[in-house]
Amino acid sequence: MNEMSPVPESRQDREAKLEGMGCRRKRVEDVRFTQGRGNYVDDLKLPGMLFGDFHRSSYAHARIKSIDTSKARALPGVVAVLTAADLKPLKLDWMPTLAGDVQAVLAGDKVLFQNQEIAFIVATDRYIAADAADLVEVEYEELPVLVDPFKAMLPDAPILREDIADKTEGAHGQRRHPNHIFTWEIGDREATDLAFRNAAVATKHLIPYQRVHPCPLETCQSVASFDKIKGELTLWGTFQAPHVVRTVASILSSIPEHKIHVIAPDIGGGFGNKVGVYPGYVCSIVASIVTGKPVKWVEDRMENLSTTAFARDYHMTAEIAATPQGKVTGLRVHVLADHGAFDACADPSKWPAGFFNIVTGSYDFPVAHVSVDGVYTNKAPGGVAYRCSFRVTEAAYCIERAMDILAAKLGLDPAELRLRNLIKREQFPYLSALGWEYDSGDYHAALNKALDAVSYPALRAEQKAMQAAFQRGETRQLMGIGVSFFTEIVGAGPSKNCDILGIAMFDSAEIRIHPTGAVIARMGTKSQGQAHETTYAQIIASEIGIPAADIMIEEGNTDTAPYGLGTYGSRSTPTAGAATAMACRKIKAKAQMIAAHLLEVHHDDVEFDIDRFVVKGMPDRFKTMKDISWAAYHAPPPGLEPGLEAVSYYDPPNMTFPFGAYICVMDIDVDTGVCTTRRFYALDDCGTRINPMIIEGQVHGGLTEAFAIAMGQEIVYDEIGNVQGASLMDFFLPTAVETPVWETGFTTTPSPHHPIGAKGVGESPNVGGVPAFSNAVNDAFTFLGSQHIAMPHDPWRVWKAAEALGLQG
Amino acid sequence: MISGSFAFYRPHTIAEAVAMLATHGDAARLVAGGHSLIPMMKLRMAMPDHLIDVGGIADLKGIKRDGSDWLIGALTTQAELIADQALAAGLPVLRETALQIADPQVRNCGTLGGNIANGDPGNDMPAVMLCLNARFEVTGPGGKRSIPARGFYHGAYVTSLAQDEIVTAVRIAALPPGSAAAYEKLKRKVGDYATAAAAVALGLQDGKINFCSIALTNLAPTPLWAEAAGQALIGRAPGAESFALAGRLAEEITDPSSDARGPAAYRTKMGGVMVRRALARAALAAKT
Ligand SMILES: Cc1cc2nc3c(=O)[nH]c(=O)nc-3n(C[C@H](O)[C@H](O)[C@H](O)COP(=O)(O)OP(=O)(O)OC[C@H]3O[C@@H](n4cnc5c(N)ncnc54)[C@H](O)[C@@H]3O)c2cc1C
Repeated sequence: MNEMSPVPESRQDREAKLEGMGCRRKRVEDVRFTQGRGNYVDDLKLPGMLFGDFHRSSYAHARIKSIDTSKARALPGVVAVLTAADLKPLKLDWMPTLAGDVQAVLAGDKVLFQNQEIAFIVATDRYIAADAADLVEVEYEELPVLVDPFKAMLPDAPILREDIADKTEGAHGQRRHPNHIFTWEIGDREATDLAFRNAAVATKHLIPYQRVHPCPLETCQSVASFDKIKGELTLWGTFQAPHVVRTVASILSSIPEHKIHVIAPDIGGGFGNKVGVYPGYVCSIVASIVTGKPVKWVEDRMENLSTTAFARDYHMTAEIAATPQGKVTGLRVHVLADHGAFDACADPSKWPAGFFNIVTGSYDFPVAHVSVDGVYTNKAPGGVAYRCSFRVTEAAYCIERAMDILAAKLGLDPAELRLRNLIKREQFPYLSALGWEYDSGDYHAALNKALDAVSYPALRAEQKAMQAAFQRGETRQLMGIGVSFFTEIVGAGPSKNCDILGIAMFDSAEIRIHPTGAVIARMGTKSQGQAHETTYAQIIASEIGIPAADIMIEEGNTDTAPYGLGTYGSRSTPTAGAATAMACRKIKAKAQMIAAHLLEVHHDDVEFDIDRFVVKGMPDRFKTMKDISWAAYHAPPPGLEPGLEAVSYYDPPNMTFPFGAYICVMDIDVDTGVCTTRRFYALDDCGTRINPMIIEGQVHGGLTEAFAIAMGQEIVYDEIGNVQGASLMDFFLPTAVETPVWETGFTTTPSPHHPIGAKGVGESPNVGGVPAFSNAVNDAFTFLGSQHIAMPHDPWRVWKAAEALGLQG
Repeated sequence: MISGSFAFYRPHTIAEAVAMLATHGDAARLVAGGHSLIPMMKLRMAMPDHLIDVGGIADLKGIKRDGSDWLIGALTTQAELIADQALAAGLPVLRETALQIADPQVRNCGTLGGNIANGDPGNDMPAVMLCLNARFEVTGPGGKRSIPARGFYHGAYVTSLAQDEIVTAVRIAALPPGSAAAYEKLKRKVGDYATAAAAVALGLQDGKINFCSIALTNLAPTPLWAEAAGQALIGRAPGAESFALAGRLAEEITDPSSDARGPAAYRTKMGGVMVRRALARAALAAKT
């Protein structure tokens, strides 16, 4: 019969056994990660495997006069050396980017950024490949270098992209200069101009967001293995979006897509760096086809930081119009976007500046207008969403700094200015002036909770006292309080406006229940550390009443997983998480038929209860999901197919809009410029919370990256385009010692359109964290008349800012 | 990030190692902890054909007293400097400095000998050696000699050490009673070289400074002994005014490069701040 035990288990116990949504379930993947038993690309060893390495450009801009590979070829152990000349007959010397541009796989006629790929050496081991890379000789003719994006469209600027110099029409409209990529405009320009003409108060400031890099601990890498007999290619790689890679690889190589097997094994962090397609991947494929052997390519840290996708490099001029009482009446933003040598941004195709039009933030702007100019410079390509949705970090930083600048001008407290302008709970769903429909929120409740959590008025009083002491010369310490209220836009996205290379940005889940009630489920997304194996199982557990421990989640193998667009932009829970719930519901519907059959009642007379179907009103008559699973294979009801599985492809009706209120308290040593985070409180609202522990972990990680960006990260180029400090000595990756202690809080406002109400959280802390840090540093100096101090806020820059205010004696 | 190829040797005596250096000439390099040399080799900024690992030479190890002097073997790791109880009590500034170097993993490998012989202005120990007037015990084909730290550093990676010589130990005289030393280092994060750092030693008698030595890290192509800055404090009362004076004088002899740690002008100023802070701490310790 159903229950063997004399005392029926309590509903609570049954619920707890599932470890479903809301449970602080431990991360199942950590069992292997913490024991060094992960399986990464570089762990892969295949018989006869060869190793590839690049010879790279010494110059940022130069014509290639000749490439001599003879010495490299002559080195024992070198199997092949590929140059653009070898790729050209295969039409593989250029490849399409996700942004509608093309990128050189290997530079042929000229190099456009330092460390650009010129030759790919294939050798029997890594060491020989590195030695041979040094033996390639390239003769250059140096060309004038364009580093400053503000000079890109001057009439006498050097022309970078000779391959498209004559093209007046780009992927996103008219180009008005050979170095111009696109201009993207959104909003009502006239109405916005009018708001500014009528404004009692207006602010305007250039708010730059420096070039940074996602810098995952595992660099980009691939292993390609081409089977000549079968005509099949297997490609293992660090791919955040393996299916997209398969499609691109098929288009590029003309190998039919079913003969390409793309596998993303464990990934050691992505943060946007592993969304795009890189020359290394392409060269490993070509080299495998040419040599008939598997070929591995592994990027080193300097290559990672200086060649594969950077992030940000947005130069934003923000203007706010307001009433004297501090009610905002208009927002106008112009962005100069430095895309480097090729437009290799990883944005949905129709969004050349991503979702930057979220720049009205959490505030009720009646009108707004945004224009973005993308330009080429002699820097590495990229422009990826580094732990954020597309260009959302830039937007949040822009509006949160601009609001603080406005607060200072009005003499209002920054928190008070925000409270006066936040979108009100009753305004949701809220249509923003720049076209987004925000799904849900209770912003005032969130900000008030955060202010209470840190005893905000007391902090302000302490700060005032400290400023007075500073001005009396009694201390050289200052204190800054950074308030940030952000709205994220994640879960790209609806097929009506989101695609990548023409493929709609749905996502998918396929769930199979085995006869014993164990489950395997596969998704089109790909975890890089986010713990999908844990959380997707929790969704399934709650939806269909099978313990999470009995559910295995698998991602990353394109032969077995349903097609999906991958993991970035906090999209996994909003899209594949929704698909998972929808697939579960299909299974549940069938399970209900089976249960009714087994219980000999009409299917309307049974109802789902935690882990079973129960005859309504008769809790003793039930069939557990385990019973039902067995029956599905053993004795399916007449007229029903055997088996218990489902697939769902979920096309989200809208984005989701997580939000949060962050407060940072910073102590600043004016003598050295050293900033110490005294306190950081982060309140996140990501809708339904699937696993609170994982949410906290994601928030901690995202805040740490936000801290890194705000307080130190920058990819710097000198005036001739030499990339500076592309190593972990200079590129700021904080250790546990530097990282502040994080305090977290939450409110819960489910998304009304998502099947389980979840919104996504992985990237919120980066989006909200950067402005909180920067506002804190800036806030420390506001009382002295400072308007804006640019990031990164490393000690020397803070010291310089203080010097500019006359504070350094 | 892959070094060129090289032959590897592991001698067991100082004589053996010296002979190997003599045989292979400029193509040979000693390696101790490897945590300065190997990164340079990975960047192919150093490409020795012959790498002679001194890690197996027992005579290079150990922390001893020789009369009132401290005699510290070149192979002593930074972790060992931190762990040694007698040293922590008798000459705490070495422990304090070692704790400011890199991170625990690096300190488990990096040696005092490598740190001082390397000649990188970013290394922290050389300034401490200048400050404390240490001597480097050296063995070459011609025998032993003892080189004063003051005068050892000539330029970035250029020292008085001959190609075929090995540093065997560092000799440091005990500080006179009533004195104390301190090391202050400004860095961006754990594992970073100094933006600016200062080593100071200061003695007090009857409420006046009777002895003061100041040295600076990473503020010029070599570590700097700020002799005049130290001298200027003799006979003065310890306090903000004296320390500011020394800081200003120390700033005058710096010649830092501009790098990601900051422009030269900032780094110079930080040299002054570090001097002030180190003096304040040393004065407090000397009093108690
Ligand atoms: C991430 C990182 C951070 C670091 N941060 C710091 C820091 O903050 N401060 C700091 O001071 N150092 C720092 N270092 C360097 C570290 O302390 C080195 O270990 C130390 O400088 C050199 O010691 P070593 O034993 O490793 O020398 P090695 O690297 O083995 O050798 C360095 C040089 O000294 C020579 N040499 C070694 N031993 C002898 C000897 N007995 N006689 C003659 N020549 C010899 C070698 O030939 C070589 O030229 C850092 C290193 C790393 C990797």
